[in-house]
Amino acid sequence: MATIAAVIASTHHPFYYRASTSTGADRPPFADEWVAKIKAFRDTLTRARPDVLVMVGSDHFHQLWLDNMPQFLIGKAPVYDGNFYNEEREFGLPRMRLAGHEELSEYLLRQGIDAGFDLAFSNELRIDHSVTCPLITLRPAADLPIVPIYTNIFAPPMPQPKRFVELGKMIRRLVESWPGQERVAIIGTGHLSLELGGPRQFGPHGPDPQFDRKAVGWIASGDLGSALAEVSLDSLWLPGNATHGFMDFMLMMGVAGENVKADYSDSLDLFHTMEAYFTWYPEARGEAQ
Amino acid sequence: MSKYLLNKFLYTIDRDPELVERYRADPRGTVSWWEGARANVILNVPAAERSTWLAFDDTEREALASHDYVKLFELGAHPFLTLTLFIALFERDYAEPLGFQREYAARLGHFSLPYPDIAT
Repeated sequence: MATIAAVIASTHHPFYYRASTSTGADRPPFADEWVAKIKAFRDTLTRARPDVLVMVGSDHFHQLWLDNMPQFLIGKAPVYDGNFYNEEREFGLPRMRLAGHEELSEYLLRQGIDAGFDLAFSNELRIDHSVTCPLITLRPAADLPIVPIYTNIFAPPMPQPKRFVELGKMIRRLVESWPGQERVAIIGTGHLSLELGGPRQFGPHGPDPQFDRKAVGWIASGDLGSALAEVSLDSLWLPGNATHGFMDFMLMMGVAGENVKADYSDSLDLFHTMEAYFTWYPEARGEAQ
Repeated sequence: MSKYLLNKFLYTIDRDPELVERYRADPRGTVSWWEGARANVILNVPAAERSTWLAFDDTEREALASHDYVKLFELGAHPFLTLTLFIALFERDYAEPLGFQREYAARLGHFSLPYPDIAT
């Protein structure tokens, strides 16, 4: 059976690549601290020695569009090209090319559908910064095969938060039951409070620091009970109009397990949003089934 | 009224570098051309199999033709699409990093929660 080498949940910040690679007058004052935190975070994946990365993210109206919008989708392709013209234009992100792990994709699709999630699939998926940003931060060599999983946190009507949690729990079960010998890291990225295209965007902090503190506490302690009790599709509009991305953190809490404390957690209060980084090691806890 | 069509305009302009420049230079002409030639083309379907029913109302057309992102927010256009495209259009005109984005926020400052519904 496969081993879950690490479970990782993170924000994905498209400004990181440019901030971390800029020099001289172009280098923002927060870059050095940010890079140091990312390097420490990256070590939490490196030391887990993964062979395959399951990557949970969300297409930002790049390939997936309102005429045919899946709620949950798994890529099944031998190759994934990454990043789009408007991400190059706005964030300076590089074009990337990742190998796909078709066998694990096929297993997750077949078993997931049979377990009650009617998952959409894609045999030709170009991944965007929700998947490429965590590769840039956590595995910049981009040398491991991936299984991309996309969720709709962007276009109402969206699935309920509890479905994200249930999907996370199912992904965990399925990866653990996969008859491969690989060490699989499950990595998902979302947002804390975030406003884009609204009056609270690009302030000195995230739009709702109180929500951010609470959310970081839920994630770090695996407190799914409180998160599910306090978060709804309606309530997520309040901390910021792009805060539904928090549901991808809830999905990852489902992967990590209820009330399972993160083995590593860190955050960084950047202008306009809070960055947050979490890693769990199920193997070290003897949790693998 | 069609939030979907507003979003489709923003989406299809944003992903095409030539159309971004065309919309910056000639917003009214670009909106008029797009509504006639592109509004009914289904993105993953040959152009001959186009839809027959999509059109802007006068308020929507004017908001796009005047680059009025405040009005687009009020009309429930998807804020991520509007922001992304308008950064491409106008960020270059501001000397300060994030200068355009901060002005954009300030111009939306009169909106309070709940914001206009963006469901399509």
